[in-house]
Amino acid sequence: MSTSGIDLDGHHEETAQPALFANRLKVYPKAVKGPVRRIKWALLVVMLGIYYILPWVRWDRGPGRPDQALLLDMEGRRGYFFNLEIWPDEIYYLAGLLILAAVLLFLVTSLYGRLWCGYACPQTVWTDLFMWVERLIEGDRAERIRNDKAKLTVRKAGRKIAKHMVWLVIAALTGGAWIMYFRDAPTVTVELLTGSASGMAYSMFALFTVTTYVLAGWAREQVCTYMCPWPRFQAAMLDDQTVTVTYQGWRGETRGKYRKGESFEGRGDCVDCAQCVQVCPTGIDIRDGIQLECINCGLCVDACDNVMEKLHRPKSLITWDTFANQAALGRGETPKPMKLIRPRTMIYTGLIVVLGAVMLAQLLTRTRVDTTLIRDRAPLFVTLSDGSIRNGYTLKITNRRVEPASFAVMVDGPEGLKATVHLADGQELPADDVEVRGDGVGSLRMFVSMPRAIIPEEQTPLHVTVRNQTTGEEAHVDTMFVAPPSGADRTQRSNSVAPVQMP
Amino acid sequence: MPTKIEKDTATGRMTTGHEWDGIKELNTPLPKWWLYVFYISIAFSAVWVLLFPGIPLGTTYFKGLLGYSTRVEHVENLAAVEAGRADVLAKIRATDVADILKDPATATYAVAGGRVAFAENCAACHGAGGAGQSGYPALGDDSWLWGGDIHTIRQTLMHGIRSVTDPDTRMSEMPAFGQILDREQITTLTSYVLSLSGAATPAAAVMEQGQTLFADNCAACHGDNGQGNREFGAPSLADQLWLYGGTEAEVAGQITQPRHGVMPNWGGRLDEATINMLAVYVHSLGGGE
Ligand code: SF4
Ligand code: SF4
Repeated sequence: MSTSGIDLDGHHEETAQPALFANRLKVYPKAVKGPVRRIKWALLVVMLGIYYILPWVRWDRGPGRPDQALLLDMEGRRGYFFNLEIWPDEIYYLAGLLILAAVLLFLVTSLYGRLWCGYACPQTVWTDLFMWVERLIEGDRAERIRNDKAKLTVRKAGRKIAKHMVWLVIAALTGGAWIMYFRDAPTVTVELLTGSASGMAYSMFALFTVTTYVLAGWAREQVCTYMCPWPRFQAAMLDDQTVTVTYQGWRGETRGKYRKGESFEGRGDCVDCAQCVQVCPTGIDIRDGIQLECINCGLCVDACDNVMEKLHRPKSLITWDTFANQAALGRGETPKPMKLIRPRTMIYTGLIVVLGAVMLAQLLTRTRVDTTLIRDRAPLFVTLSDGSIRNGYTLKITNRRVEPASFAVMVDGPEGLKATVHLADGQELPADDVEVRGDGVGSLRMFVSMPRAIIPEEQTPLHVTVRNQTTGEEAHVDTMFVAPPSGADRTQRSNSVAPVQMP
Repeated sequence: MPTKIEKDTATGRMTTGHEWDGIKELNTPLPKWWLYVFYISIAFSAVWVLLFPGIPLGTTYFKGLLGYSTRVEHVENLAAVEAGRADVLAKIRATDVADILKDPATATYAVAGGRVAFAENCAACHGAGGAGQSGYPALGDDSWLWGGDIHTIRQTLMHGIRSVTDPDTRMSEMPAFGQILDREQITTLTSYVLSLSGAATPAAAVMEQGQTLFADNCAACHGDNGQGNREFGAPSLADQLWLYGGTEAEVAGQITQPRHGVMPNWGGRLDEATINMLAVYVHSLGGGE
């Protein structure tokens, strides 16, 4: 934000000796009508609608399971996205989604500048909503400025209180809806209202209510200017083919006040009416060129178009265009259509395609069974009374399906090996019928034994397959079978070491 | 290179007096709210220092107005864990060991608790995970001198083996045959005994003599075919496991002057819940019957 103050007419005021810390220059954005504003309203309704309604969408997952289409169940450690179910160890899907979203944002930014900032960012959307409420209660720009300067009256106080009350209600609804993404929406609504929700739910609710109120009501454009990191590095995604909101300086200058009936010969189209400045939610003057504060919302486009229409001048004095075209137009050349195919757009698109394909392939081929196998280290092996060697393992079978299932445990290794599966307390189970409850992990013991004669070497690789007997889904894991060195020293022995043959 | 503070012609603002490669820095003030957040943070830390301990005072320290201490909290946490365990431990104490296995939740707890108790009390002799060592039986194999069902394991834990301080302990002694048989007989017997477990069969004459010696001196305890007898804790001689080693010299040594292991009686030293957990754990090691 610039420190040169903007006075009510949008003129620059020069500050001679800047203070070390500056008061916020309150921005009073003016209402504006036009196609851009209409698009912004439509998007606002759609996006807020999705946010508030999504937790209420039901999705039948059978008895005993959440029937909410979108739910991040922290206690149950499950993420539900329609008919997709994500376990905590599959959280990389979420990471992948975030990376995909980030690259998508890079691509959009390199093509159309800060489209996200101006139209889709929650900060922008909620601020827009809060400013609409403000305008409804306190009037438009001029009235608000006048009111703020005026002495405190009952009417002024009433309007201020009313505004903050409405803001708080919206903020509470926002905070409430947030909780519903983590708990069953109808249940948690009742709980929140009757005071029976958990302390965690209330503190989250309070946190999101307060942040919404403070960020959208008080901080507003300061979030974009001081807090958000995105404006700082989005410049790296722009090039001279990027379309951004721009003032056509070559056409607008030299600006000057205009009296009705005057000719536009020999002067610029800009009549210095400051409409573009007054509607700007970040309080900047787009005619100064591209600036960090500008969120590319395009409200100044609508404002200026309205002015141009009244003056019967061509529209688009402020418009969307590429830097290259603006330079060309300035030199009097004809503009060329924007180049969509540029190294950076190709790289971003390529990344998106690859990432998307990898994630999709992962998702389509993911099995709902997983297994881990940990070899016992103490003891490494045990000698049995018939002289064969036995290794112990801890086997975990993860059944990600809802239905309980019977699993077969198969061990590939030298001919003659014997594998048995046991419950943790030692009870043996049939190896082709290991029951694991639905949506759960079976923790089992596995013993593999081999007669000494068939053990090929001290460390023999084993390949273990776990198969869901109903769906046929398989998980594989490789491990080792450890045996004592053949010809082990027989004098230092425990009975876990077999004797070598007598001469 | 520092320059003087001056007014920047382009923006009309003052510079800071810093210059790098001809670029002068504008004096751009920070927002006020930022300053206030900073002040609030300072105030917060001051309050924090007063409330919580943190200021060293020579040999002691300032306790803080809340009297908070991580040590006290730790003790309380331990007490809470203790209290939380009381129920399941009482259940394990009161339940017959075989029945503990019937309830999966209790069995899991007992196996985990037994593992800890084993590492503390048993692993020194029986090795980590019950691996065993010379003179101390492995607990994960399929051979039990006195029986390997869970009740017998519990009994062994409670009363020990040859533990003279416990009247209910199990006793057995192998006679020292060095005083009964001569050297040659012992050598013969050794070859015969080793042949029982699959070693090379000695010459027919030795074999015959060994068989007679065995039937006369050993079969009463170790069984006609050396299969062992759990009633006396007599080990099987026909398997591949040798508590004191399976070389000719070691077997001969054990016949001449046998060694006898002692297992302490843990009843009285460990509480019954721990003994039950140990029984369940040892039984789960892979050899439990
Ligand atoms: S300058 Fe125009 S596009 Fe940029 S933030 Fe202001 S109104 Fe929006
Ligand atoms: S709204 Fe258009 S005409 Fe008015 S000051 Fe802005 S650019 Fe100039």
